[in-house]
Amino acid sequence: MTLIKKQKRFSGYAPYFIFGTTAVLTVGILIGIFAFLFIIGIQAFSSIGFAEFFLNSDWNPNSFHTPSWGIISMVVGTLIVSLLSLIFAVPFGLAIAIYLAEIASPKIREILKPIIEMIASIPSVVLGFLGLLFLAPLVAKVFTLSNGLNALTASLLVAIASLPTIASISEDALSDVSSKFREASLALGATKWVTIKKIVIPAASSGLMAAIMLGLGRIIGETMIVLMVAGNTRAFPQSFLDSVRPMTANIAIEIKEVVTHSLHWQALFAIGLILFVITFIINFAADYFINKNKL
Amino acid sequence: MKQGLLRERIYFFIFKISAVLGISILLVTLVLLFNSGHSVISWTFLTSHWQHQNITKGGIFPAILGSLYLGLGVMVISFTLGISTAIFFSEYNKNNLVKRILQLTIRNLAGVPSVVYGLFGLAVFVNFFSFGTSLLSAMLTLSIMTLPWVIVATIEAFSAVPQKFRESSLALGADQWQTIRRVVFPIAIPASITGGILGVARAMGETAPIIIVGATFYLSSLPSSIFDKFMALPYHIFILATQHSSPFATSYAAGSALVLIALTFLLSLGSIIIRYHLRSKKDW
Repeated sequence: MTLIKKQKRFSGYAPYFIFGTTAVLTVGILIGIFAFLFIIGIQAFSSIGFAEFFLNSDWNPNSFHTPSWGIISMVVGTLIVSLLSLIFAVPFGLAIAIYLAEIASPKIREILKPIIEMIASIPSVVLGFLGLLFLAPLVAKVFTLSNGLNALTASLLVAIASLPTIASISEDALSDVSSKFREASLALGATKWVTIKKIVIPAASSGLMAAIMLGLGRIIGETMIVLMVAGNTRAFPQSFLDSVRPMTANIAIEIKEVVTHSLHWQALFAIGLILFVITFIINFAADYFINKNKL
Repeated sequence: MKQGLLRERIYFFIFKISAVLGISILLVTLVLLFNSGHSVISWTFLTSHWQHQNITKGGIFPAILGSLYLGLGVMVISFTLGISTAIFFSEYNKNNLVKRILQLTIRNLAGVPSVVYGLFGLAVFVNFFSFGTSLLSAMLTLSIMTLPWVIVATIEAFSAVPQKFRESSLALGADQWQTIRRVVFPIAIPASITGGILGVARAMGETAPIIIVGATFYLSSLPSSIFDKFMALPYHIFILATQHSSPFATSYAAGSALVLIALTFLLSLGSIIIRYHLRSKKDW
């Protein structure tokens, strides 16, 4: 009798402890990511100084004279690529979402949506490779440049990478709008397009914002495409046809060549920390929009 | 009124074209890759050792093996940790506030750039734990990157199981662990695994983190332990596409890309099909 009781008690507590320990461990690791980035990155900030880091436009840690640590040209590189990618991907993604959610028959939607989502499983190194091989020469030809490795080429490819995120989440948002709204609008004599424009899109607006935010997070974090086709010049970009080196690409280029725990190493972690904070804020914003006025 | 209908037609036409274009991106990608890469794919290419001096002589077997090792490692580590963590938070933890904060944080971690996970792996696994640039460091780094995906998918799967199933089981005298193991787990696990597999497919295609924590372009022999360096398909493609001087490098990069895409597509397609199958089978 006591044995059974003991066994039963064991079977009650053991899983609790096992799962509990794993959960604490996992959460610890995930918090640890931030802790490690923070501890290493902050050392760079304190040795270099915020003003030098954020206001100097020159990044040259290996200079023979005085090394310079300004990340502003990389930040601008990231901004140019992100903005252009959004300009390409948002209208395109929304149009796809509207077609899938409002116009296509359920059967076509069931087939098309997974195909669009499959784009997300094209590894970014493959997109970068195809960009190098086909898109860059094309861009060079169209704009008569010596080579097509610039912000525009990178943005077009990054837009493709973020398209499935934007289209798929927007489609979810549009489909979540109650069909009562549509029916009421149609019953009042509105056309289908007017219903979509005046009723469905406004009702889904916070979900659509969330989709754009999550797409933006994907765009800012994209590394391989920009590393391969953005050109990687450290100079301050003057136009979207200039070669740029976004923050992610800079980390990937330099991290293998620096001495562990050197100031340069720490500075790259500081850039990583900035990326972490930016994408975290963007994802929080997306979360805010998702939970805002759920219908 | 007529003008309105015309405008509607034009808009709908634009939307339809967009959808067609969206799909053609996928097709164009595959066709371009196939055109440039199918000529190099052969049995030798898939199964023999890489020859650095004359790339036409060898194959990409070490890179395929490396990617498979990575995928397997990530699956074992991230599924074990992720599913246990999710079970704890969705079945045992009664504190809703803690659960919500954690869920929010974990979901946001899924959006952190992979290169940042690479930095973390470099600081923690390569340096702090002295695993060096090795297969183990890469497995752990990619697993941590995949963890949020697995946890989110599992928590969703577990909360989709109706509460009355748990109550019925408890009312019949089963304890909580028995209820989880016999009732909730079997219903929820397929959905959580399909979500996780998508994460693993993504991890296998990642390049930036493995550049940082351990992939190499050339190996004299296959890795014999998890502490060895390794080759992997994404890194192989990257080097062939950007740094190799051989005139055949492009077609070899495309061939390797075809193999990598085949691997990740099989994984994602598999999980998408399972997901649709499950959705149609659910009868409550």
